Amino acid sequence: MPDQSVSPYSERSKYAKSRRHLAQTPTQLSSWSYTPLEALQGPITHPGLHFERHHAGIPDIDPEDYRLVIHGMVDRPRVYTLQDLMRFPATSVLLKIECSGNSLSEYGPLNPNLTAGQIHGLVSGSVWTGVRLSTLLREVGVSPKAKWVIAEGGDAAAMTRSIPLDKAFRDVLVAYLQNGDVLYPAQGFPVRLVVPGYEGNMHVKWLRRLELTDAPAYSREETSKYTDLLPDGRARIFTYEMDVKSVITFPSGGQALPEKGFWEIRGYAWSGRGRVKRVEVSTDGGKTWQIADLEEPVLPIALTQFRLPWTWNGEETVIMSRAVDELDLVQPPREELLAARSPYTFYHYNAIQAWHIARDGRVSNIHTGGGTKWASAQGEHCGLS
Amino acid sequence: MGVSARRALRALLAAGLGALAGGLPTLYAVGAGGYPGRYGFGVDATPEGIRAFAVHPIVLPDGRNLPPGRGSVAEGARIYAAKCAMCHGPTGKEGPFDVLVNTEPVAAQLARGARPIKAIGNYWPYATSLWDYVQRAMPLNQPGSLTYDETYAVVAWLLYMNGLVPEDATLDQTTLPQVRMPGRDLFVPDPRPFFGP
Repeated sequence: MPDQSVSPYSERSKYAKSRRHLAQTPTQLSSWSYTPLEALQGPITHPGLHFERHHAGIPDIDPEDYRLVIHGMVDRPRVYTLQDLMRFPATSVLLKIECSGNSLSEYGPLNPNLTAGQIHGLVSGSVWTGVRLSTLLREVGVSPKAKWVIAEGGDAAAMTRSIPLDKAFRDVLVAYLQNGDVLYPAQGFPVRLVVPGYEGNMHVKWLRRLELTDAPAYSREETSKYTDLLPDGRARIFTYEMDVKSVITFPSGGQALPEKGFWEIRGYAWSGRGRVKRVEVSTDGGKTWQIADLEEPVLPIALTQFRLPWTWNGEETVIMSRAVDELDLVQPPREELLAARSPYTFYHYNAIQAWHIARDGRVSNIHTGGGTKWASAQGEHCGLS
Repeated sequence: MGVSARRALRALLAAGLGALAGGLPTLYAVGAGGYPGRYGFGVDATPEGIRAFAVHPIVLPDGRNLPPGRGSVAEGARIYAAKCAMCHGPTGKEGPFDVLVNTEPVAAQLARGARPIKAIGNYWPYATSLWDYVQRAMPLNQPGSLTYDETYAVVAWLLYMNGLVPEDATLDQTTLPQVRMPGRDLFVPDPRPFFGP
């Protein structure tokens, strides 16, 4: 007989083991945590496992006191309560959000002990529901002088990012539900910005203010941080779009294949610029590639599940995946990405991830070649088995 | 007047008849499929209300939105020692948190094979960004607690330590944006995706 029956809110099974991996940082206030991608399937990440990146802790905001102020170069500056925002026509969209610093460990020397989540887990998928920012901008009336929307969050850092006005109108969402229910505090309760396909840092949590301006703020988060160092000491700024990317989540780092025989290779692919078009998997260190199955529906800017049936012959090998998005952009091999960037770029790492499988079945992170150089791969079909 | 027409009129009234009389572009007012073009939810934000809510101004690189105020390098040294040094070190270099003082160009650090230390004196493009960030987010244990004057003072001291203003400098809302930062020339626009990774 079960000990428990119906309840107002379920807990996980006591046998459920998946949890986020916490980064080791000098302070927990400014820190991050990784989604355990290797334990998960499907395009939606449970909010309890959604990655985190906080710059000054998590504020406790009473929804009754919550206000969103929209002002600046507008005709009618307005103040909205949460009830106001929920009253506007709403829309839902299934999207991934990825931190710009995702996978940054791989810029540096190899750590063979990392799992798929510990490397690439600053990406998660959710259904976000809210009011389009374009609806709100029409409400306040945007001045023809305005070119930017600067978003301010209600965390202790009062974090700000500047968003180009055309992006703000196109598809930015002021979200108040995540996977059907209100946001977790760690995800920005009660309201956050969702900026499809752009750096995670721009999805300002605990949104409190939007100021319309004719110039970007050049805030600390878009200058001192979130700029991408080049080998000659210059840096790219306003690098909004997250590139096409994929990772095999099974078998992956830290896991072990108990025996040879049939195994379904599984993984995630995604792109900040649209749909994933194709995922290729190599099980022989990059010599030959096969096209993996993409699980439908394949949605733009969402975690796309790929699967490939595979028979492991028990021999040592290296497996890897390579995604192509609908713009025919493809993940580069690691050496090529590093040649274009610097070892200290930190952001926008999207190179091919390779896993080494030993004869005893243990899987570990490895830096290796394999894959077509970016310049020749764009728009071409690669050598396939 | 029918129910839906009455509702539409109420919505327009809530949105402000004055604005309508001013001749709004039709784009803003047209609805479709049963949805009105405008809703009129929320309330007006008054200038005083905005000022109170935007207690940490978003400072633009030309200095707009900087509040009136002033602070000297000497005052900044005192505030820094009391509130900042425990995290950033007595001269802004010792940590344990972000290094604030470094004037060696990033390119030179890369050329000698070092992991570059990017700081105010060699990477930040605008002094206004520093004022903005210190005012809203620092110190980490009491963010937003500095007055506007104290923020000018701490920023003045940090800029002095990075060799960008003289030791006897006092900065205010007019002179702060005029400080030219070495980082200004470092930044290039995003060439991805069509010109390479």
